[in-house]
Amino acid sequence: MAAARSRPNRAGRMALNAAAYAVTVFLLLPTLIIIPMSVGPERFLRFPPAGFSLRWYAEYFHDAEWIAATLFSLEVGLIAAFCATVAGTMLALALVRGRLPGRGLVELLVVGPVIVPHVALAVAMFLVFERLRLTGTLLGFAMAHTVLALPFVVFTVLAALYRFDAELERAALSCGAGRFATFRHVTLPLIAPGVVSAALFAFIISFDEPVVSFFISDLDRKTLPRKMFEDIDYNISPTLAAVATMLTALTVLALLAGFVLKRAAERRAAARNG
Amino acid sequence: MSRRPSRFLLGGRRFSPAASLALAAPFLLLLLVVFLLPLATLLHESLFVPEPGIGNYARALQEPVYLRVMLRTLRIALFVTLLALLLAWPLALLMARSKGLGLALLAAAVLLPLWTSVLVRTYAWMVLLQRNGVVNQMLAQLGLSDQPMRLLYTEGAVVLAMAHVLLPFMVLPIYSALKGIPEDYSRAAQMLGASPWASFREVTWPLCLPGVTSGCLMVFLLALGFFVTPALIGGPQQMMIATLVSQQVREMLDWPFAGALVGILLFFVLMLTLLFRRAVRLDRFVGQA
Repeated sequence: MAAARSRPNRAGRMALNAAAYAVTVFLLLPTLIIIPMSVGPERFLRFPPAGFSLRWYAEYFHDAEWIAATLFSLEVGLIAAFCATVAGTMLALALVRGRLPGRGLVELLVVGPVIVPHVALAVAMFLVFERLRLTGTLLGFAMAHTVLALPFVVFTVLAALYRFDAELERAALSCGAGRFATFRHVTLPLIAPGVVSAALFAFIISFDEPVVSFFISDLDRKTLPRKMFEDIDYNISPTLAAVATMLTALTVLALLAGFVLKRAAERRAAARNG
Repeated sequence: MSRRPSRFLLGGRRFSPAASLALAAPFLLLLLVVFLLPLATLLHESLFVPEPGIGNYARALQEPVYLRVMLRTLRIALFVTLLALLLAWPLALLMARSKGLGLALLAAAVLLPLWTSVLVRTYAWMVLLQRNGVVNQMLAQLGLSDQPMRLLYTEGAVVLAMAHVLLPFMVLPIYSALKGIPEDYSRAAQMLGASPWASFREVTWPLCLPGVTSGCLMVFLLALGFFVTPALIGGPQQMMIATLVSQQVREMLDWPFAGALVGILLFFVLMLTLLFRRAVRLDRFVGQA
């Protein structure tokens, strides 16, 4: 085989690989360069930093406004993740195991919140929420973020449902288990890793959501992304670099957790099917 | 969503239509109240306030100021798509040829940015590009420029930062299309005497075209309605349609006109989605972790 590869081919491949590694650096570098800059002692962000100091991290933890925004985002994220996971899992079951009238329309609705630009949705929600006095409320944020996270939950749970062997459900049903018992003891344990990772990503989507938050926040109740948006717009303070670093660390943890869950799901599927 | 459920489930074992509807009810209710109703209200506003008619739409499409914003939006979205395609290709190809740890590391390099907050990534670009930012510091240290260059608030900066933010949406579909092509195909073509270029043009390219279409469409759609990055990196100088909508709502309080702009944006997005219905495969972006 090696003989079939001519010399220019190998050179071309090397150039292509070099380009690929350069793109990887391009993808990662802007985010990673913030990390060393966040531990610089000076008021101006500098690379490389002129020393090491956790001053900007301390600034974040001592600032009541940052902490309030973080706690509010946490609250919204947990509620939205829970609601989106429950509603999304139910819909996924209806799509795979049910006979849903108007299925095509429902599928179109599922992709709706992803296809429709978030700015369009955000402005529309702003208009309606203002009339209903829902701007800056936990209920308003939780509903908005649930809708934004739903498509991701539905797709993740659909993938989990397709991965396992439906014969297992039939076996339970034909042994006399009721439909709910079958779901509780067969289906749910098998799709659990998928459901948990759906919840995880729903939380991240809500916790990081900048556009809808930008519009439906008000002066005293704002989410973390809205607070970040204001700070970026008015002053690029090093506190923001500290916040950005912590958010990136959180993303890494979430991705690792998602990876572990996916491996668990695959192992589970292989063990039951094999 | 195209996969068929296994055959026996088509027998009496599936949920009845009523039970299926009950399962779908929370989803349908949420989408009705927090998705369809707000959009319908806003579009209604654009068509009936201040008086019934298409006045708001005509204004958006006739006044040169707004027309310029729309043309800029289309141009930036196009450039972002082309730049992302150019950057995504080599990476997707390398991923398709990698296995094990190498593939895991490359996948992590794509997925980490995808799931990192858009604000964090935009902020990073501002830190790099601002007047006393990293790029200007480096240029000064290397003696390449005597005074800081104006990089922020330029169209180039917007295109670069948006291509960076949207790149994962291009890499993933191209990668999954390339992964599906057996390596033997191009090897066979080359053993039959095709040059590497010819084997790429005749074998690899046509087979991965669905992935390329899907990636380009996703990036173009997302770029058209992008808010955060143009708002912060482009500023008012490089206003795109999303930032114009925001300005109309927050500064002018002109809801009907903002509604017309949203209507135009939605029209573009829905046309493209319907035109390339098969190419929009959102499931590629979830469960990849």
